[in-house]
Amino acid sequence: MIELLTENITLAALVSLVGLGVLFGGLLGYAAEKFKVESDPIVEQLDELLPQTQCGQCGFPGCKPYAQSIADGDAINKCPPGGQSTINAIAKLLDVAAPSLDEEHGEEEIRTVAFIREDECIGCTKCIQACPVDAILGAAKLMHTVIARECTGCDLCVEPCPVDCIDMLPIEEDIEQWRWSIPKKQHRLIATSSSAVYETLT
Amino acid sequence: MRQLWETPGGVHPPENKVQSLKLGIGHLTIPQKLILPLVQHIGDAAIPCVAIGDVVLKGQKIASASGDLSAPVHAPTSGVISAIEDRPVAHPSGMSALCIEVTSDGEEHWIDLHGHAEYKQLSPQEVSHLIADAGVTGLGGAGFPSAAKLDNSRTRSIDTLIINATECEPYITADDILIRERAAEIIQGIDVISHVLDMPTRVLIGIENNKPEAIDALREACKSMAIEVVAIPTKYPSGGEKQLIYILTGQEIPSGQLPSDIGMVCVNSGTAFAIKRAVINGQPLISRITTVTGGACGINRNYEVLIGTPVSHLLEENKFIRKNCSRLIMGGPMMGFSLSSSELSVVKTTTCILAPSHSEIPEEDPQQPCIRCGLCAEACPASLLPQQLYWYAQSEDHERLQAHNLFDCIECGACSYVCPSNIPLVQYYRSSKGNIINSRNTKISAAKARERFEFRQVRLDKAEQAREVKRKARRIATEKAKTSDSSAADIINAANLRAKARQASPDQQKAKLERTLMAAKMRLEEAQERLVEANKSGSAEQQAQQHASVEGARQKVEQTKRRLEEVIQ
Repeated sequence: MIELLTENITLAALVSLVGLGVLFGGLLGYAAEKFKVESDPIVEQLDELLPQTQCGQCGFPGCKPYAQSIADGDAINKCPPGGQSTINAIAKLLDVAAPSLDEEHGEEEIRTVAFIREDECIGCTKCIQACPVDAILGAAKLMHTVIARECTGCDLCVEPCPVDCIDMLPIEEDIEQWRWSIPKKQHRLIATSSSAVYETLT
Repeated sequence: MRQLWETPGGVHPPENKVQSLKLGIGHLTIPQKLILPLVQHIGDAAIPCVAIGDVVLKGQKIASASGDLSAPVHAPTSGVISAIEDRPVAHPSGMSALCIEVTSDGEEHWIDLHGHAEYKQLSPQEVSHLIADAGVTGLGGAGFPSAAKLDNSRTRSIDTLIINATECEPYITADDILIRERAAEIIQGIDVISHVLDMPTRVLIGIENNKPEAIDALREACKSMAIEVVAIPTKYPSGGEKQLIYILTGQEIPSGQLPSDIGMVCVNSGTAFAIKRAVINGQPLISRITTVTGGACGINRNYEVLIGTPVSHLLEENKFIRKNCSRLIMGGPMMGFSLSSSELSVVKTTTCILAPSHSEIPEEDPQQPCIRCGLCAEACPASLLPQQLYWYAQSEDHERLQAHNLFDCIECGACSYVCPSNIPLVQYYRSSKGNIINSRNTKISAAKARERFEFRQVRLDKAEQAREVKRKARRIATEKAKTSDSSAADIINAANLRAKARQASPDQQKAKLERTLMAAKMRLEEAQERLVEANKSGSAEQQAQQHASVEGARQKVEQTKRRLEEVIQ
């Protein structure tokens, strides 16, 4: 056998290349099985970027299904709570141009938190069943209340309430949440700058 | 002579310290109203432990700490609690926060003070508890609760204690004057801190060489002790914790870590004084030395100010001329912030009230474009690239900002100071830091929401599965019952047996029937009364109705009687 190969160089090359191919093919096949990733990593990454309000405004029952749908080629501008910053982040991840928010699904609003007017609550548990993140506490015929820290502001609890005792209150900034803002740009001093010229004209 | 290391960058702004050093520490009259914010420190707000109308003594605790990272607040003078409500506080936002207002009675009645001159007989833990109880926080500017800092440091082995008497910021002379007049007490305070830290091997006092009197006073006070007073070259910001540690020891604190991670603790000299007063004299932190200076002030000097004194009161006694003042600054000209009103009060971190004249600190010149001159990079004491950070801050590129170590910026303002284009660089960095922290927090809460959502999903699925299993079992049972009669009979028999087994003993049955009888009799009586009433005044229809109900009640009574007899037999 070896004699045959040493004499016939073409055959030797053929055999060794085929051998190498089979060897590495096997290795790759083994690695693919051994290090198999359960879910689609892109879906996880997209889910990570979505705001997790679970509000369903995108038309999907939660953020994960929408992430799956984006991975399958859906539009990336259907998430009003995430707003433009989320769209930009997804666009960056997928390396596509960032569109503006699709207004069919809602507008970007300030973050709110649900508040139950407890005197009026009749204890029907409908809001508890509607809350996607179990942020409402209470029992049948007893008053309910929202755990404000866990509320995502999805407003899914507002509609089922038979006595309309749930308000969506904007989150007010207190002294602890206050942050410095970016300094305001002052007018440009370059005489030929278009804005400066325009301002002096008008 | 100790070897010193030189920090990169730094600036030399005009010192302007002479004005306020001509006079010693002054005392003010007691203001009529003192306003004490519940957050004067880094950490959680204190919780009020008094009510409106309570009479308090000087030094009495009026708000207690709410956790490990918090500090109590004490009444600075005797008087009455006149309000507990939101008031504007000394904060760059100009927003309001919960404050306690004390109306003074002018008597200055102290609580009973329990000093611990023999503190060395107490355990370090007990001493640190005394410090916490006295509400001592860092007096150099940041306001970190001192006991929390010492407790945290005690868990690691500390070999070096550094006392920060640098006071590198222009105008401020509070530490300088305190050292000149009360050096001995500061040294006692350092001893207390050493005791809490289990006697570190090195104790260094870092002080800039522009304070020769203070250096002499310190050297005199610690002559026979193993404390080294190190005069360092004057340069802003040598007083930054990380900078001072590097200057004195040549060691750098890794990014994101604390001095205690490399076995060091850095405490301000004013804080050491407050710790001495707290432990040895038993006095809580109710006053501090504050510099009142600037061209708009008639007198420039340091005062021992009660915490909570309104800034307006401080200025009034200082011959302040409103129209000469360009703006009111709390802290120094480099790291301080403008006050929106003079009705705010002095807090534990107020090192200085600066009221500069229009020529001293004029209105800011308009910001001009960055010309990439690189002066900021030369001035940065943390060796960062301020202009790069500036570009990334403008484009809100959080990743790049963090890659350029934004969080190592100590916000000293050296870059803004040297910038020829008047760019308020530090404000860009502060804003970016805030945005990054906000987006981190949103990420955390989003992750939590996801977890809760997924858990709920799993729970609902489980419930659905359980219901499905039950439904299946029921279907199978009915099908079985249909297919074989015998099995149906079996089921009925079994049910009957179960019912029998469940039947109560004769005694119980008897008792139950007696109760039923009693109730039936009562109902009969009621019905009869109603019938009488109806016969008197009701319509014919009502009478008939009542008659029927009396009849029904009578039958029920008889029926129950019969059953009772059966049971008895």
